[in-house]
Amino acid sequence: MGIGSDMYRQQIMDHYKNPRNHGRLESPTFTHTGENPSCGDTITMDVQLADDGETIERVAFSGDGCAISQASASMLTQRLPGTTLSELEAMDTDDITEMLGVDISPMRIKCAVLARQVAQDGAKIHDGEIEIEQTKTEDGDD
Amino acid sequence: MRVQESYPVDVDAIRADFPILQRKVGGDISTPGEHDDDDTPLVYLDNAATSHTPEQVVDAIVDYYHGYNSNVHRGIHHLSQEASVAYENAHDRVAEFIGASGGREEVVFTKNTTESMNLVAYAWGLDELGPGDSVVMTEMEHHASLVTWQQIAKKTGAEVRYIRVDDDGRLDMEHAKELIDDSTKMVSVVHVSNTLGTVNPVAELADMAHEVGAYAFVDGAQSVPTRPVDVEAIDADFFAFSGHKMCGPTGIGALYGKRDILDEMQPYLYGGEMIRSVTYEDSTWEDLPWKFEAGTPPIAQGVGFAAAVDYLDDIGMENVQAHEELLAEYAYDRLTEFDDIEIYGPPGDDRGGLVAFNLDSVHAHDLSSILNEQGVAIRAGDHCTQPLHDKLGVAASTRASFYIYNTREEIDALVDAIDTARELFA
Repeated sequence: MGIGSDMYRQQIMDHYKNPRNHGRLESPTFTHTGENPSCGDTITMDVQLADDGETIERVAFSGDGCAISQASASMLTQRLPGTTLSELEAMDTDDITEMLGVDISPMRIKCAVLARQVAQDGAKIHDGEIEIEQTKTEDGDD
Repeated sequence: MRVQESYPVDVDAIRADFPILQRKVGGDISTPGEHDDDDTPLVYLDNAATSHTPEQVVDAIVDYYHGYNSNVHRGIHHLSQEASVAYENAHDRVAEFIGASGGREEVVFTKNTTESMNLVAYAWGLDELGPGDSVVMTEMEHHASLVTWQQIAKKTGAEVRYIRVDDDGRLDMEHAKELIDDSTKMVSVVHVSNTLGTVNPVAELADMAHEVGAYAFVDGAQSVPTRPVDVEAIDADFFAFSGHKMCGPTGIGALYGKRDILDEMQPYLYGGEMIRSVTYEDSTWEDLPWKFEAGTPPIAQGVGFAAAVDYLDDIGMENVQAHEELLAEYAYDRLTEFDDIEIYGPPGDDRGGLVAFNLDSVHAHDLSSILNEQGVAIRAGDHCTQPLHDKLGVAASTRASFYIYNTREEIDALVDAIDTARELFA
């Protein structure tokens, strides 16, 4: 089985149909929203840090879009608590495909990494490193 | 039933001309051309994006490279003369195909429809448009014309206007009458919508343009491949289309323009091939169409384009159209069996050979990925009509588009694959 042959395994569909930590946090340390303009995927990530201001304590997401983007966000909300902002910053595309446990076809990668990008940009805005209103992934549609 | 099985074209014979239709898909895509690990039969329903290329066209290109490859118009040597004759004749052949009685002088070879559009926008629009002028388009315009005129309008201070699309996916012609007025210098409309499948009344729109002294530009990217087109019957001033959507190679398209108008226009690209004489101070231009074809042109592609036109004429464009309409209606009927499928555009018996739709609760990109896993090649996205999708209230749609080699069985395969997605997401 090659790329794209088995993208919608049970785990992905389970997270899509029963998203974990879906909704908003009562008092997030920071919150950020992003979208894939061509797909219409939108994701808002709420992140709550521990007292050390570095360790992620809780994460929630809301939004809508394709199964890959939403399942990826759901899985990320489980993955991030306990990690630090610098560990979040270091997460790359391979970490996301590993987390998803399936091969993501090249055209769908931007769906898979949207939640990570939103969380990373949110953290950077929180640290004062960047100033943006919203994350927009590259628009590569036909 | 015998009637059910027949087609307006000889599908079996046509399919035999397209070796790619026999391949399987599904393996590693990082090694293009190596198909050992592919295991799923291909059902190709993405023809509005690009059609496949029959052996006859590939052979014509191979013959060119093996037999008379050379640069055109420059050499006195034998090969260059042969190549020049073939390339020039290709213009005549394509002109004949669309009913342009002026022959080669009215057909400029370009890269594609988009470049044809840009050629007119830059060579005519930049000079002729200004504040107080308007360009009238439709809400179903492809980005090729929409973005081009939008940006030229920004540069020149002209206004862009869009003829409304009604709930059935047809143009509101009353609105067109309101919009096309004395300020209008260009009416640029799509012939067959690549998203809705709507066949627009372009002859009527051209008349309306001419009544106010405006030019009519028809985007024929989806019409020339799929039906008989006569640019003079439409009375289009400009008409654009692409070779790769009609059995030809990529990298070549055409701009038809009425000779008088092309004569008046200044070149859009400068350089070799398009000049008559050059001094350090000034230059004069070649005759039509060469003054618009600067640099070494796509010679092999031009030869292939003419071979594609030959191929389609052998089948007969009336038959191509009948086959397209048969498949469009069959697909429309099959897809409307399901309440959870929304189809965009006019009814099945009044549309070009494509159907764009959405399946409730399954995002178009998820659907296309799942269809792909079953070998069904369709397109998901905004199909270069983003403003139209905004109007429809969806970010994306899934589009199946048909050509001469497609069958009812392939549409059944599409419907079955959609069912798999439905079950997965249930």
